[in-house]
Amino acid sequence: MTDQKVNNYTRRQFLNTSLVLASAATTVPSFLMSSSNLLAAPYADAATSSLPGVPEDRILVVIQLSGGNDGLNTLIPFGESAYYNARPQIKINESDILTLDQTQGLGLNPNMSHIHELALSNQCAILPGIGYPNPNRSHFASMDVYHAGDTNPKSQGWIGKAFDASLPKNKPLTTNQALSIISIGAIATTAVQGKRIKPIAYQNPESLRWIAKGSNKSLDKYYEQIQNSNLTTNNPTLDFIYRTSLDAQIASDRLGKAVKRTSKTKFPQTNFANQLKQVAAMIANDLPTRIYYVTLGGFDTHANQIQKQNTLLKNFSDSVNAFLKELKATGDQDRVMTLAFSEFGRRVQQNASAGTDHGAAGLMFLFGNHLASSPTGIHGTYPSLTDLEKGDLKFNRDFRSVYADLLDNWLELDSKAALGQSFKHAEVIHI
Amino acid sequence: MNTNTSLLPLADSEFKWFQARHLLWRAGFGATTDEVDRYAALGLKKAVKELVNYFTIDDGNLPSIDLNPDVMRPPSRQERMMIQKLRKEKKDKELKELRSQRKDRIGEDRDMFSELQMWWLKRMFATPRPLEERLTLLWHSHFASKQQSVRDAYLMYQQNNLFRENASGSFADLARAIIRDPAMIKFLNNNQNNKRKPNENLARELMELFTLGEGHYTEDDIREGARALTGFTFNDNDFSFNKRNHDSQTKTILGETGTHTGDDFVNLLLNNIQCSRFIAFKIYRHFVADITDLESDLTTDQQQVIGQLAATLRNNNYKISSALTVLFESQHFYDPNIVGRKVKSPIHLLATTVRSLSVNVRSDRALRYATKMMGQQPFEPPSVAGWDVGQSWINTSTLVARHNFTTAMIAGTKFGRKKHKFNNTNAYDPMPLVKNFDLSSTPSRTIVDHLANLTLGDIPANRKQPLYSFVSSQENLDRQSLIQLLLLLTTMPEYQLC
Repeated sequence: MTDQKVNNYTRRQFLNTSLVLASAATTVPSFLMSSSNLLAAPYADAATSSLPGVPEDRILVVIQLSGGNDGLNTLIPFGESAYYNARPQIKINESDILTLDQTQGLGLNPNMSHIHELALSNQCAILPGIGYPNPNRSHFASMDVYHAGDTNPKSQGWIGKAFDASLPKNKPLTTNQALSIISIGAIATTAVQGKRIKPIAYQNPESLRWIAKGSNKSLDKYYEQIQNSNLTTNNPTLDFIYRTSLDAQIASDRLGKAVKRTSKTKFPQTNFANQLKQVAAMIANDLPTRIYYVTLGGFDTHANQIQKQNTLLKNFSDSVNAFLKELKATGDQDRVMTLAFSEFGRRVQQNASAGTDHGAAGLMFLFGNHLASSPTGIHGTYPSLTDLEKGDLKFNRDFRSVYADLLDNWLELDSKAALGQSFKHAEVIHI
Repeated sequence: MNTNTSLLPLADSEFKWFQARHLLWRAGFGATTDEVDRYAALGLKKAVKELVNYFTIDDGNLPSIDLNPDVMRPPSRQERMMIQKLRKEKKDKELKELRSQRKDRIGEDRDMFSELQMWWLKRMFATPRPLEERLTLLWHSHFASKQQSVRDAYLMYQQNNLFRENASGSFADLARAIIRDPAMIKFLNNNQNNKRKPNENLARELMELFTLGEGHYTEDDIREGARALTGFTFNDNDFSFNKRNHDSQTKTILGETGTHTGDDFVNLLLNNIQCSRFIAFKIYRHFVADITDLESDLTTDQQQVIGQLAATLRNNNYKISSALTVLFESQHFYDPNIVGRKVKSPIHLLATTVRSLSVNVRSDRALRYATKMMGQQPFEPPSVAGWDVGQSWINTSTLVARHNFTTAMIAGTKFGRKKHKFNNTNAYDPMPLVKNFDLSSTPSRTIVDHLANLTLGDIPANRKQPLYSFVSSQENLDRQSLIQLLLLLTTMPEYQLC
């Protein structure tokens, strides 16, 4: 009988938070609609805020800049002659740089005008000198470190572990919990994989739908009967698979519906901008999702870097700007924080092909309305360009101090459980 | 209901059709109805023997593979000197040519790797020795290396053969061989482990993941073990011992002091009673039940069974086939709390579908895409810890991918974003599955039961209700309606289990 209870709990949770959807979606089985639990449900999921202006259903959007973004040509130390000496072919002229800090001689790549404005208005924090001890210069190995939040990475990620630790033990996941993390793209990264919490990898509504659906009406009917069967068994794994199937249908319906929303902002015509547009639509549709994960790739600029990186940085800057504008238009700007990271920075000295090779310390970006104040948008100090480690910038801030800040202070999850140890907060979040 | 934890053999009279099916799904990759019939008729002992002592079975008809061992060959000393000279003289044109050659070789390796993945999957689909491949897959997940880091398809192939050759033999042989395996040495950076600057990666995983499990050694043991492994490196495709880099001073590992080499280190681990428990635990988790990965979380029942299995390993010099024979004959293995409760891994799902229904894979690209979407690409485990088991295979995305790929194989529907084209568009013929029935006179429920027994095992009638309703809605059972019935069967939650 315990199984019966468990399932009712799950469905009640689902009903309570998905009422609008449940009445609209054709795939939701009828027993859910007629369930007497519907009226008796004592659960109230609506967030009540204890701090004015800071909602508790906070969301984190993670942007992965894959390939190793060259931090030196992003936040440019134009005050240092060492920069110009190291990069005869790929330097950026001081007159083109968007100045952030005249005294220190730091400014942004000319293609990042929007991020420049955001940084000067305290909506963007730029963190130089991000890294970890004994840096690995392989894409996969270093990305694994960033995903795991651990220099000895295993199969779970920092976000996955943080959510795992927040789940009550020995209780099946509710539908809302199953929708906690959405990763845009065919495959979700390790960062969002937990032992129990699993991301939904979302490409399009079809990717969560049975391919034979729609080919034969009578077949559809029996398929749904099977997937939505109201039986409970004495086999918890079987019940788990039933629930997952139900969750997939709910996710497919809700996400499909959400992304149909017309945006109020004009987004750039790029794949990356489109990912952010979908995320904005999902946020506006009040999904119970707390993490969205998107990717912008192509930063592995070993040759002819200038043109490639400029295009990428423009895409990054313009798309994030459109995303923040859209959040403002839908009234969600206060509950969304966005993090952008890359697996490493690049070598200080350019190579023979007008590019740069894999390096160590790099940059992180945070976007949102709850950032610690900084008149320049820059938080922390720029690593020395002359005191190098194997030709690379030395890190002065562990990336996990930013994760810890985000987990403890923004998501209100346990950073120690996620990272295996306590890290000093980067103190860049300001609630 | 209590679980029977006895490892004594099941009574022969209790080894019937569903028990034979259970054995073939767990120890192998599923089977046709005819094969289940044959195994049931063999009786328990003979059936287990045929599966476990597979060396007598001829496997000469399996697809072969011929990989070029030299594609990723490192430059010789002469070549290195030449490159240095070119650099010094700033011969950019020649250097560019060399770089482009290297790019080509990386491309060739990538192609070889795809070929290798397909070769192994097809071997699992076709082998007359299914347990051999099941064990090879177990060792691949236990001693996990990944191509993404190793970046040498030939080394991955070589390691795969090592696992296969020692699959059912002594675990001691495998453990001794793995520290000499170039792919593993490269994956865990032991080629960078020298006495002046030790690298602890291999020493750590050797204890934590390969032999003892977490909590059975100290950080000092890792440091000292790493010293023992210094100089264990490789040269092109072969192991090589670099005496100059080896630390020949005394070390203390797990309380034993001596001038231990890497081989001594492995022997110390094998002599530790915990190693037999850890390997028994891994075998149990692969073949019997989706238990926790923390030994400390095991139930008393599980501890008891694993303890007995560990003793069998110890008494038989770690011989895997001895432990498996005891396990596959045991009352415990056929307990109702064990049968039908293990989540199939994606590769197991693919192979059981192919083998039990005789469906066609149709397209290599679609197959590769499916393994990716379901979360288990051969030679690409997520980390050195290998693949997790059980419910971790199932989430909203992977479950739909599982439904979709089995549906694609059976119905020929195109699959995936790019709608992978099938090489083979011949319609699947389900009629051989029901060849012993006269469809015009057999009640349709009988056909449902027959196919459900094969695909799902022994499940209660009330769970088959939607299937009965479906067949009674059909005018008559023909090729098309049988295909539709199979689509429903293979998307049943029970189909994800075995």
